[in-house]
Amino acid sequence: MLNIKIKQLRQKLSDKDISAVELIKYYHDRINRYDPEIKSFISLNETALEEASLIDQKRAKRDHLPPFAGIPIALKDLIITKNIPTTCGSKILEHFIPPYDATVTKHLKDAGFIIMGKLNMDEFAMGSSCETSYFNKTRNPWDTNRVPGGSSGGSAAAVAARLIPLSLGSDTGGSIRQPGALCGVVGLKPTYGRVSRYGLVAFASSLDQIGPFTTNVEDTAEIMTVIGKHDDKDSTSAKIDNDNYMSGLSGNIKGLKIGLPKEYFSESLNDELKNSIFDALKIMEKCGAEIVDIDMPHTEYAVAVYYIIATAEASSNLARYDGVKYGYRADGKNLNDMYVHTKSSGFGEEVKRRIMLGTYALSSGYYDAYYLKAQKVRTLIKNDFISAFKKVDLIATPTSPTTAFKLGEKLKDPLQMYLNDIYTIPLNLYGGCGISIPCGFDKKMLPLGLQLLGGYFEESKLLNCAYAFERATDWHTKVPDWLEKE
Amino acid sequence: MEYEAVIGLEVHAQLATKTKIFCSCSTKFGAGANTQTCPVCIGMPGVLPVLNKNVVINTLKAGLALNSKVQARSVFARKNYFYPDLPKGYQISQYELPIFLGGYIDIESEGEKKKIRLTRIHMEEDAGKSIHGANLNDPASSYVDLNRTGVPLMEIVSEPDMNSSDEAKAYLSKLKTILQYLKVSDCNMEEGSLRCDANISIRSKGEKTLGVKTEVKNMNSFKNVGKALDYEIERQIKCVGRGERIVQETRLWDTEKNITLSMRSKEEAHDYRYFPDPDLVPIVIDKAWIEEIKNSLPELPDAKKERFITKYSLPIYDAEVLTASKEYADFFEETFTYINSPKSISNWIMSEVLRIVNEKGCTIYKAGISPKQLADIIRFIETGQISGKIGKQLFQEVLNSDKRAEDIIREKGLIQISDSSELEQIVNNVIQKHSPEVERYRNGEKKLTGFLVGQVMKATKGKANPKMVNQLIAKILG
Amino acid sequence: MSKIVGKKDVLYISSLSKIEIDEDKMEIFTKEFNKILGYMDKLNELDTEGVEPTSHVLDITNVFRKDVPYSTSKTFSGALSRDEALKNAPEKESGHFKVPIVIEN
Repeated sequence: MLNIKIKQLRQKLSDKDISAVELIKYYHDRINRYDPEIKSFISLNETALEEASLIDQKRAKRDHLPPFAGIPIALKDLIITKNIPTTCGSKILEHFIPPYDATVTKHLKDAGFIIMGKLNMDEFAMGSSCETSYFNKTRNPWDTNRVPGGSSGGSAAAVAARLIPLSLGSDTGGSIRQPGALCGVVGLKPTYGRVSRYGLVAFASSLDQIGPFTTNVEDTAEIMTVIGKHDDKDSTSAKIDNDNYMSGLSGNIKGLKIGLPKEYFSESLNDELKNSIFDALKIMEKCGAEIVDIDMPHTEYAVAVYYIIATAEASSNLARYDGVKYGYRADGKNLNDMYVHTKSSGFGEEVKRRIMLGTYALSSGYYDAYYLKAQKVRTLIKNDFISAFKKVDLIATPTSPTTAFKLGEKLKDPLQMYLNDIYTIPLNLYGGCGISIPCGFDKKMLPLGLQLLGGYFEESKLLNCAYAFERATDWHTKVPDWLEKE
Repeated sequence: MEYEAVIGLEVHAQLATKTKIFCSCSTKFGAGANTQTCPVCIGMPGVLPVLNKNVVINTLKAGLALNSKVQARSVFARKNYFYPDLPKGYQISQYELPIFLGGYIDIESEGEKKKIRLTRIHMEEDAGKSIHGANLNDPASSYVDLNRTGVPLMEIVSEPDMNSSDEAKAYLSKLKTILQYLKVSDCNMEEGSLRCDANISIRSKGEKTLGVKTEVKNMNSFKNVGKALDYEIERQIKCVGRGERIVQETRLWDTEKNITLSMRSKEEAHDYRYFPDPDLVPIVIDKAWIEEIKNSLPELPDAKKERFITKYSLPIYDAEVLTASKEYADFFEETFTYINSPKSISNWIMSEVLRIVNEKGCTIYKAGISPKQLADIIRFIETGQISGKIGKQLFQEVLNSDKRAEDIIREKGLIQISDSSELEQIVNNVIQKHSPEVERYRNGEKKLTGFLVGQVMKATKGKANPKMVNQLIAKILG
Repeated sequence: MSKIVGKKDVLYISSLSKIEIDEDKMEIFTKEFNKILGYMDKLNELDTEGVEPTSHVLDITNVFRKDVPYSTSKTFSGALSRDEALKNAPEKESGHFKVPIVIEN
């Protein structure tokens, strides 16, 4: 069961090998046993068993059931779920109960998925370690003294620990790919505009995308057929024909050109990581791919650009948390007092820091020097990708400069924390698709991740290459020893 | 020292679309507090705006009618500030790349024609309403109603081309008429669908540079615009006369005290941190779309007025009244299709029909008389079948009953008596009955004709043809 | 760009963002803030003369919605009743959101 694929689960359910209730109980059992230590869930959905029971009854009556009926899934607590508390990992939304669903939530419900609960995250998606959450610090299942990565730390950890077969997270500067790499699971950031952002609580609107965590690439393709659709409620949603992501999975990558940008392989890059990437590329070459050296000269500016643009957009997106319509409100003798107390005591340190940075970057006298400048450099970074994809089909890089670090290790220096995203951020600025797949372990048995990047709407090509690698390896099947007991 | 005032107006017009600018909530006026909202306009977490196409279409119509230049590419921007009736903590507006630049409105003030130039026109969303505590319950609180957040607004900014409150009122009036012609806005200042702020400064006559300006807000009717501007001009002149400097600030018009009061210093100008809204995509308008909108524009007020003067040979005054509203003009022209008497139609509309419109506070087509019915009444008068006075009576009957004019005439026997022998008989009767007056008339008091005519009208219940009666009396009595 | 941000600047940013830093944390905050801004100075190494800024990565334009209210729309749903709208409000009264009085100086 630990490495079961969605298609196999669907088969088991429809063959009545297992009932929906039994399946939910299986995962509930694992959550009860292991999550007190991992702390990946913020809240559990109390009606999950009831929903499973209804599905079993319908199946018994041979009623029509949607394609994924009974498959459990959990969502990053940044994704709006109707009548289920959605906290964004923050005190400010601790008790917020949305009266509406995100579009992806609706797609999942229509497809029959059972939402098991909401997963822990860095507050308002601002962080790379899941340590800024108001509620918990999620642990990496491979070493519970270490972080799972962030901001979708809970989403990655829960899948790595096999507490659920798949989850959804979000990626603005690497928040799916980096925790995916640190936890040893598959994490996809789809092309910007591929998955609806309606109901994804906004951090940086021009960068955010929802994406899946899975234990294998086939599952990634399957869940994308459910959530990768155009949405009229999102003006930035691409009007592109729904790909049948599954049909591209042939495993054949003969002639595929994979670019290796030297800017991602500096002298200081950890040897174990470097070697695991090169080993992975050798496997791809054996499968028929061609490795090509490429240049992406503006890579080193990406982090600076990101921390101006993302914080600027965030400073505006988070203005709505003012204690007036919903959420936490602190006392104040007048309105202004109320605003200041609410925001100063409701938001955590990192969120406050970023809002202030963003406010500064947009403020009078600094807009041109910071925000406008950053947007121009963003164009240069975007052009690096456009040029690269004229020469190659995909780009291969390490996902993260480090493996999972210890809790508290990077909290003292915000800038150091920001530099963790150095390999993931450029893709968000360009807007293409990217995936992190497990490609090995270091001496400490901590997972290593390989990142593949693709052009706009090239998910099929991207997933197929990841699939080919997966078929030739078994890194993705590894589960931490202490979690193996079923 | 002679001073001149320099005035620029910033007008916000609520667009008359069915739904809000970025969500499908209804825009109906007068709903109970917080009953026309959704997650999008309340600014809940995770929501996104989607632009209402009719907002763009209405703005395109308005801008083209105002001679403004369409920008091929325009973008929405966020204006960031905190206020309880601004749920997102920013207003979606347009900043660097508005949909229209430039333009002008022709006005006439104190007999002089003038072109008032426009700076720009753009689209934005309205905010909600805050009620201050004492008006509802707790004086230490404010109460917020978000029904109005997201209602579409069109902002029209003029150049500081106006030099008097009269010109400002003429500009507002013309702008209102044009927008109402296009049916893009109700333009009702009392209901808040038309709002006006002024930027006003003074300088010595002939001076080219602008003086320090103040912003005047809360002028909630045409009348108050005039009063507020007059007051502020006076205030600034007095200020300068005392040797003081004008402070650049925002002032509110106080409708009770009839003065402007300083609100806050504009120096502490808000840093709105405008940036392009990443949740909305740019609007690209091609020539084909512009042509389509241009072709859909109705005849505009100025052109219609000119045409009424030439085609119908109407005096300027009549043409102005009739084209002040597109409905009045349509009513006039529809009546004209039934009877070729433009001046009579104009007179009847101006004096009788519009009187009813003002009394009832309704639109002309709902006044209670149709163009055909009006034409019928006029025809009966012009063919001499009834007198003008009876015509007015007939008009009232048609209003009250919805019957056809000819049916009422028949029922009430209103046809004028124009048979001279019949009339002569009645006149002779009257003369016999009123010998004292006849005597006085014969002795020179020719004015008594009126009395005698009146008696004849009384005897005939108003149906005698007055012209003929006059002639007969003159003939009989000499 | 290399301007050093001081306490006065932090207070200005606070007034715009409505976020205040405690007096005892001010020094560390300002130091970290400047360190991050210093890192942003990297961007000055690049000549961006004539480069168009990117506000949207995809070339999407003219996304519109029909002027049809929720009550009759087939595409859009989600109108809230007054109760739903006010459900999460920290304070409400008489169908309104209630806040401490707005003070205009």
